[in-house]
Amino acid sequence: MSAVAQRGAGRLLLIAAALVFVAVFLVAPLAIVFTTALSAGFGPYLAAIREREALAALQLTLTVAAIAVPANLVFGVAASWAIAKFEFPGRQALVTFIDLPFAVSPVISGLVYVLLFGAHGWFGPWLAEHEIRVIFAVPGIVLATTFVTFPFVARELIPLMQAQGRDDEEAATSLGAGGWQVFRRVTLPNVKWGLLYGVILCTARAMGEFGAVSVVSGHIRGKTNTLPLHVEILYNEYNAVAAFAVASLLALLALATLAVKTWVEHRAAADRVAAQGARP
Amino acid sequence: MARSEAALRVTPAPAGVPAPHEAPTAADAAIALRSRRVSTEPHTASPSLAASARRKPRRVLPGFRSTLAYTLAYAGLIVLLPLSALVLKAATGGPAVFVEVVTSPRVLAAFRLSFGAAALAAALNAAFGLLLAWVLTRYRFPGRRLIDALVDLPIALPTAVAGIALTALFAPKGWLGQWLVPLGLEVAFTWVGIVVALVFVGLPFVVRTVQPVLEGFERAQEEAAASLGATPWQVFFRVTLPSVTPALLTGCALAFARGVGEYGSVIFIAGNMPMKTEIVPLLIVTKLEQYDYAGATAVAVVMLALSFVLLLGINVLQNRLARRGSA
Repeated sequence: MSAVAQRGAGRLLLIAAALVFVAVFLVAPLAIVFTTALSAGFGPYLAAIREREALAALQLTLTVAAIAVPANLVFGVAASWAIAKFEFPGRQALVTFIDLPFAVSPVISGLVYVLLFGAHGWFGPWLAEHEIRVIFAVPGIVLATTFVTFPFVARELIPLMQAQGRDDEEAATSLGAGGWQVFRRVTLPNVKWGLLYGVILCTARAMGEFGAVSVVSGHIRGKTNTLPLHVEILYNEYNAVAAFAVASLLALLALATLAVKTWVEHRAAADRVAAQGARP
Repeated sequence: MARSEAALRVTPAPAGVPAPHEAPTAADAAIALRSRRVSTEPHTASPSLAASARRKPRRVLPGFRSTLAYTLAYAGLIVLLPLSALVLKAATGGPAVFVEVVTSPRVLAAFRLSFGAAALAAALNAAFGLLLAWVLTRYRFPGRRLIDALVDLPIALPTAVAGIALTALFAPKGWLGQWLVPLGLEVAFTWVGIVVALVFVGLPFVVRTVQPVLEGFERAQEEAAASLGATPWQVFFRVTLPSVTPALLTGCALAFARGVGEYGSVIFIAGNMPMKTEIVPLLIVTKLEQYDYAGATAVAVVMLALSFVLLLGINVLQNRLARRGSA
């Protein structure tokens, strides 16, 4: 009897502690973004979002994501096909290598491209001769973002496709199906939720990346400013309402990411249950 | 079972797709794969037969050369080439310059701060992460699923947004700062703020590594221990904790690795005073802005080498964890 009561009290205590922690570290930061953004009312909020430079930043952020995400998607699919369906020497090393950008500080991810394409970089003089700008221009931002989001799709897909094995694909191939057909009809249905999840995370990071982009961007307003960089500029100008208004767009993006992620996990779990039910 | 799932999913080719006469529909493939699985089942075929059947069709699947070539080319261009540029650039400066930069008091202070704050944040996350993972897996309460989804917020929220939000919270006039500052606990613009930011950033790594282990953990063991008279604390420290320790270590290592290199969420709250609250990534940026390429590169190379060692360590931990999970 007393043991049960103790358990109940401990349970409540632990839940309460967890709730306090979540309130301070997760809910409060989110809440303060929206309350500060709307602290002067809806008018200034909308004005800050619709300002020309904010819109330019939004456009650049979307453009960069529209290039980096598909590039890393194609890479992720190709890499996981080669790694999960075949055996070759150095395979494990390649898997570790793919994770490398995760371990690299975002600042270094930007720096490496400055060293390649900057004025004093390897290709700097050649680029200057041909009047091609990479650093402090959009191509540099795209490259740095691609580097930072490089592992997302591949690392979701590789374990999934490895777990799936290759019996299904081999059977389809032995019956004459082409490679692309096998991938689309046999492989893809099994990994689609993982693929979608990887793409979502990749997109969120591509649109929110700050450190790497900050190093290569040059912070030219209206030209090489992404949304996160625009937030920084506004914040450093003590324009809190505008900074948090633009930040609220990114916070909404994060919330949408979490919602889609939860939905994807839900669907994947439902599929697993359905598959178990259909077990012969 | 994953395979029967595949069999259910595949649908015949749509009418519009011209299929050669001998080309199989995916449904044929599914039937074929079922029969194949039966024939290679270890208990119906001799091991050597199964082995040869498995070895032979290894390269049956198409696309190995092309996908591997593309993977290597893309990884080489996007990751390997830039990183080697960094290493080679650091090498051209010569060892004397390198050592001078890396051992300067300001750089050493930044390394101490970055690694110290990341270690402290990882240790705190071990406690907070375990608490959250425990509460989320063991108890049912209203709002549990919402909190479960929110745990990933630090991964989804752009770091700059996290940085200004945490700064606003802990600033002397902020929601939390107005209570903490009179108590003598200044968070914003001190090293404490850096730790707070890194706790935020690292949290999901610990929770998401520990959670599946707690979910899959044999509760029977805990119940057996309890029925033998162990107190809840004894059950936790003698039975539960040892089995989640590998996952907890892996999660902390991931949080630590992320924290060491973290930039966006830290620079707003840190104060960024040289020797005091200046983290290594910021020092690299500062040197770069002063056109001190040799200095920035030297610091970055040390950082990169340490990150690489961390990554290898994490890989070893994760492999051990996976083996335990499958055992």
